[in-house]
Amino acid sequence: MTTNDIRRTRLEKVLKNHNYQESALLEILHSAQGIYGYLDRNLLMDIAGSLNLPPSHVYGVTTFYSFFKMRKPGQHIITACLGTACYVKGVEQIVVAIEKEFNLKRGGSTADGKLSLLCTRCIGACAMAPVVVLDDQVIGKATKELVIEKIRNVLEGVKDESE
Amino acid sequence: MNLNDIQRVAEEENEFQRAYKYRINVCCSSGCVPFGAFKVLKAFEDAVKEFGVENICKVARTGCVGTCSVGPAVLVDPGEYLYQSVTPENVREIVQSHIVSGVPVKKYLYVNESYFRKQQRLVLRNAGKIDPTRIQDYISTGGYFALAKCLLIMTPQGVIQEIVSSGLRGRGGAGFPVGQKWSLVARASNTPKYIVANLDEGDPGVFANRTLAEADPHAIIEGMIIAGYAIGAQKGYVYIRSEYPLAIEALQKAIAQAKEINLLGDNILGTQHKFDLELRFGAGAFVAGEETAILMSVEGRRAQPRPRPPYPANQGLWNNPTLIQNVESLANAPFIILNGGTWFKSFGLPNCTGTKCFSLTGEINNPGLIEVPMGITLREIIYDIGGGIPNGKKFKAVLVGGPSGGCLPESVLEAQIDYDSLKSVGAIMGSGGIVVLNEDSCMVDTARYFTDFCIEESCGKCTPCRAGLARVKEIFDKITTGEGELNNIDILEEASEYIINASLCGLGQTAPNPILTTLRYFREEYLEHIVNKKCKAGVCFRHENGGGK
Amino acid sequence: MTEISVVSLKIDGVQVSVPEGTTILKAAKDNGILIPTLCDLEGLTPYGGCRLCLVEVTGSPKLFTACTTQVNPGMEVTTNSVRLKNYRKMAVQLLMSERVHMCAVCVANDHCELQALANQLGVDHVSFERHFTRETIDSSHDFLVIDRNRCILCTRCIRVCDKIEGVHTLDLKQRSKDTEVIMDLDESWGDSCSCTGCRKCAKVCPVGAIYIEGESATQTKHRDVAEFITERRKRK
Repeated sequence: MTTNDIRRTRLEKVLKNHNYQESALLEILHSAQGIYGYLDRNLLMDIAGSLNLPPSHVYGVTTFYSFFKMRKPGQHIITACLGTACYVKGVEQIVVAIEKEFNLKRGGSTADGKLSLLCTRCIGACAMAPVVVLDDQVIGKATKELVIEKIRNVLEGVKDESE
Repeated sequence: MNLNDIQRVAEEENEFQRAYKYRINVCCSSGCVPFGAFKVLKAFEDAVKEFGVENICKVARTGCVGTCSVGPAVLVDPGEYLYQSVTPENVREIVQSHIVSGVPVKKYLYVNESYFRKQQRLVLRNAGKIDPTRIQDYISTGGYFALAKCLLIMTPQGVIQEIVSSGLRGRGGAGFPVGQKWSLVARASNTPKYIVANLDEGDPGVFANRTLAEADPHAIIEGMIIAGYAIGAQKGYVYIRSEYPLAIEALQKAIAQAKEINLLGDNILGTQHKFDLELRFGAGAFVAGEETAILMSVEGRRAQPRPRPPYPANQGLWNNPTLIQNVESLANAPFIILNGGTWFKSFGLPNCTGTKCFSLTGEINNPGLIEVPMGITLREIIYDIGGGIPNGKKFKAVLVGGPSGGCLPESVLEAQIDYDSLKSVGAIMGSGGIVVLNEDSCMVDTARYFTDFCIEESCGKCTPCRAGLARVKEIFDKITTGEGELNNIDILEEASEYIINASLCGLGQTAPNPILTTLRYFREEYLEHIVNKKCKAGVCFRHENGGGK
Repeated sequence: MTEISVVSLKIDGVQVSVPEGTTILKAAKDNGILIPTLCDLEGLTPYGGCRLCLVEVTGSPKLFTACTTQVNPGMEVTTNSVRLKNYRKMAVQLLMSERVHMCAVCVANDHCELQALANQLGVDHVSFERHFTRETIDSSHDFLVIDRNRCILCTRCIRVCDKIEGVHTLDLKQRSKDTEVIMDLDESWGDSCSCTGCRKCAKVCPVGAIYIEGESATQTKHRDVAEFITERRKRK
């Protein structure tokens, strides 16, 4: 089986677990994004067909919620928390520094597709503000120097000692 | 499982725990995990074995201790010794000295008595004390006894009466009396009825509900089953932010455990009562916390609110009567039932009973998760619990109630924490966020930041919120880049009044609060920006987008 | 036959009686009191988005949308206080400033409900900066055209497509100020597989956002089509 077939089989299982119920659309989109990494148009059409929902409805729901991604994310993802506590503690400076250093815009990826920069509204680690998340690693009380160094290491495949 | 079984589990568990002389509670909640809490947990488990004290010392994974800024936090009982910023490297030393020799390691202890002195932990009574992944831990503290009391000796009406008499008000923001809400849904004639527990804590800077779910998920579940019995619902949903993996895991585990011993499902505790629970995941939409929007989202639709009436109590999920309640309100129910409404009334204020959980963050010495009695003043929270402002900076303002709360100055710090007092100074209780700002923050920029947040999170359905906030933001952009004019202030005030009164849902109706409070308390800063083109805090006039530090 | 009970209430000081379950909007209209609306259209599910039809109800600090709120016995409704008039003007100004509303070059000129409302309410200026959005006009369909720069997001087209035509080609994408009407998976209209070309969206559009190529608004606009079809279906 190709990777795609395996993914489709996993998606089918999810659909079945939810009894192909319309009301489970959000749960199914969550699972689909987990399986495929992002939600492209063919996938949305597939889900609409499986749940017997109008495609425009599925598209409307997908684009309403900021958690769902319709573009392929970069290999590594740096997420900056723009919550109040982090804003107050100057996360904006860090975001600007990352944009400059790696030549990308918030919400976008580098030209080589290796790094994406996302912004999120509060990950809830406010006592450690400002906070950024590099792949699965949460960096608390972050500074721009520290974050840029960590990103460099990840991009160059250097193992992080503190991990 | 019936009442006797529950009593047996509790007794066995208590006996099991009494066998240990020491208990090491390692906080493994979202505040501490990113900083290595699981490694510390493992290190403690290894160390007690290494020193051969595993028979007298129990190492437990627990929820939030409350001191989120000095994680990973570890609490050693007896004596509630709180160790801060524990690393796997200093674990051996702690075990050797504290457990083996009985001498606490002073240099690692968190010494800040005032942080806890003015707090009152009711909802979070188990947080940091029990292992959220073990239902026995919860039962041993009296968990599910309230449910047994309801099902075995109380009528649904009696349960509602008890909640009414407690004076408990909704903790999700608006403060609607919980008992009254329950009786509205109970009286609705259509069936089936539903319960939706709101854990869509979308406010930036707020993590009180998440902490509760991570630390004590069974309290939420028990509260929901009790509410189900009271209003006649057999199905409940917990709507939770997908960004909360640890809370999701805790709830999933807890639901499975409760099902296993028949506290969820059919014939609960051998009675006729049925109740089932499912998780529903949010997907990054702040507005989905609004009570009609959450219904749309649970139904798998765009989270656009709809006008009320009809109220969800009559027409909610799939047009059936639905109780929508914040998880903190639900977690209050079990101990109100166990101890009675009159007992609950002894906490807080006469017209605003109980406690409230807040996440305390920003420019403050002791950020963290706190639970305080209603009626405590903002000053006590900031200076006594929070320890004041770090680095010798001056206090400037405190934001109470999330992005649509109010920015309050020094002069109103005597305001009490209760729904009406906060409203009178221009803030709201919201879902429990307190962010402290120092003199380096510009209040015009702060109002702009919150307006920007509300614009991004607006669902776009109604004109005032969608178009109104966007125009307001443009005015802020002008003021913060030096293009402001004096009549801008009038337009801001006029538009804010319109947005508050004409918007469809709570998001729009409260979004201008930061604008109105900054205009009320920090008007001179606006004038300074407009007339002198100056920003004292040095925040504005620096970027072309008008803001950011 | 079940008996329908009658509810008595006061609208702008006038005592009226209407069947139970009637909305304030309909009760007012049936008694000769016209409350301004934009998103509401008879025959479609009420939406409550435009906020034009807000009314005051004595005893409540909140305002209510007349299109969604049912009458209660003894209710006292005010539809035209100074405050409400100001709010309506504000709503029209905000809609006018949000996108491109240039009446002289609009296909719906003289057949536009937003324009008519502005006239009726005496909106003679817009106190906000006006936005000239630059969305591409989609004329890929054989005869249906959508100019999103003129859209006021009332969702009449979406509701008529779903409820009356029954195909649900149209829906909304994204949120907040980025909200737009889409066809299927945000396809251009000509590529939409589900659209039946029934034209009802163009007929009910209150402004000039959806129109029919080469046809004047006089010919196109039949805003009572939803009500007409709904009534017809009831008779069958």
